[in-house]
Amino acid sequence: MKPNIKFLQGNEACVEGALYAGLRFFAGYPITPSTEIAETLSARLPRIGGKFIQMEDEIASMCAIIGASLTGNKVMTATSGPGFSLKQEALGYAVMAEIPCVVVNVQRGGPSTGNPTHVAQGDVMQARWGTHGDHAIVTLTASNHQDVFAMTVEAFNIAETFRTPVILLFDEVVGHMREKLVIPEPGDIPLVERLRTSVPGGVDYHPYLPREDGRLPMSDFGGVHRYNVTGLFHDMWGFPSDNPGVVHGLLRHLVDKIENNVDQLARYKEFYLDDAEVVLVSYGSSARSALHVVRNRRARGEKLGLLELQTLWPFPAGIVRAKCARARSVVVVEMNTGQIMREVKAAVEAPEKVFLANRIDCSLITPTDIRNILRLIQGRGV
Amino acid sequence: MAIKDYIRERFFPHMWCPGCGHGIVLNSLLRAVEELGMSKNEIVMVSGIGCSSRISGYLDFHTLHTIHGRALAFATGVKLSRPELNLIVPMGDGDALAIGGNHFIHAARRNIDLTAIVMNNRIYGMTGGQFSPLSGCGVMATTAPFATVDQSFDVAELAKAAGATFVARSTTYHVQQLTKLLREAILHEGFSVVEVLTQCPTYFGRRNKQGGAVEMMKWFKDNTTPVGSKAKQENPALIERGIFVQKEMPEYCKAYDQVIERAQKGK
Repeated sequence: MKPNIKFLQGNEACVEGALYAGLRFFAGYPITPSTEIAETLSARLPRIGGKFIQMEDEIASMCAIIGASLTGNKVMTATSGPGFSLKQEALGYAVMAEIPCVVVNVQRGGPSTGNPTHVAQGDVMQARWGTHGDHAIVTLTASNHQDVFAMTVEAFNIAETFRTPVILLFDEVVGHMREKLVIPEPGDIPLVERLRTSVPGGVDYHPYLPREDGRLPMSDFGGVHRYNVTGLFHDMWGFPSDNPGVVHGLLRHLVDKIENNVDQLARYKEFYLDDAEVVLVSYGSSARSALHVVRNRRARGEKLGLLELQTLWPFPAGIVRAKCARARSVVVVEMNTGQIMREVKAAVEAPEKVFLANRIDCSLITPTDIRNILRLIQGRGV
Repeated sequence: MAIKDYIRERFFPHMWCPGCGHGIVLNSLLRAVEELGMSKNEIVMVSGIGCSSRISGYLDFHTLHTIHGRALAFATGVKLSRPELNLIVPMGDGDALAIGGNHFIHAARRNIDLTAIVMNNRIYGMTGGQFSPLSGCGVMATTAPFATVDQSFDVAELAKAAGATFVARSTTYHVQQLTKLLREAILHEGFSVVEVLTQCPTYFGRRNKQGGAVEMMKWFKDNTTPVGSKAKQENPALIERGIFVQKEMPEYCKAYDQVIERAQKGK
């Protein structure tokens, strides 16, 4: 069959991935640089009988998708920095009540209104700790449109598998750049459908009683089982509890279900790492410049390699440690003041060999920027 | 069905104070549901945060207890996904009109088929008695030790202006009327608002020297009058009870079905 090839924006590649994964409900609010996701879905969803709603604000969009997910839909919202800040409380509700959903943040410059039309990667830590209270979260990213598509499908699969919100942390360059996307045939990428309870209607269903394998089967809200859902600490009935044993057990469960599966959740790509003396660690659009430098240097016989992270949270510390073990130096390439660099330093055996190549002026980091840092590390001056 | 069959007795006793009006609202609501012959499975209750929002946990419906002020936004997601369900959204005055004010006016503007019940006790009870946007001027509260200077909203006027297609008001004293209004609000297709004046003797009554629950309910009796009554013309300070708005407008989920139809025609 003729391959389905498209030339489109990263934001549109995200839409294609979401629809491939089975998205049926989207609520959003206009914000640069993610608006194309809402625009495209307002046309695409009703064609397949899905629902699109433009809500009154960012908070409402997050709340609406949670409600729609509970009833049995695959759901998504999309935003950028300021909107991502506004969604944090409701995001925490989805963590606490264990409601699958996908939240896209196409990063722009910040803090505050910052630089809406230009690129940055400053929301990495906000993705991890933006909502209050101890919790775990899954965050994926991508550097090109084929991977934007794949990671979007992964996000839906992980959300359903772990009953958790998943954050897609893209950036303005990836979101707005146009390049080729080959849309896989149905079935090429496995999809995870919602695990629904086998408890028949009319029989007591416990929404928060794990099966033997730890998973919590769901029952479509408003369907055959009546149950309570709350953002308070709750027991297996979903009813509020402040019993210390119940509270401890639930928080442990919420954190462990993610943190105990770091390896299963780790997505990354590696380039020329086998004999690399200098390892670049990067993600998102920064990784494109990093890969350019690696390929140029390899052509000149220098032993550079790239570890491109696609899962940012839970941070794949074991993989980073292993991949950087033989490197003389590690250079983290990112467009912030070192948010992933700190994680890399904590992961590797020799943190003093970790350096930062960054830009914080809302301009895409260039191969020259990275080359300058490499020359400094090598004692050759800029 | 007996009223008590709508209740999750397992989760009683409830956490409301002695004399609180919220139990009366709960009673009226269940009578309305019972009179309509609705099954427990066709009702979804979505609530926010506050004393009034705890009502959802006690009822054997599909219940979603969400975050402060956002109940209507969650409810919008549920309703648009499953338009066949009946959604009831109980909220307190702070929940509905301070932190949740934006969602309130926009749900009204969309005319999405939700039944919003604003349980107005003019105070934040759960946090211990701070003034709310419905307290009005000259009220004593823990955050207004020298009395409030804030003007209040008129819930009915606000809902009307925002486009709600059913707007009514009653009190915990007028339980027969309240049941009837709730019944009509649930039956109404579109966004319906029922404001219920309810007493908080613990925080509002005590601090404002209004007496206990009985005295506060008597105040509702003496200071309210049916909509359009002669008494209101003679004494404009009286608060009107009854139906303010009842009109037909396209409902949001039905209107969205037309979007789907148009999108699929052009496919």
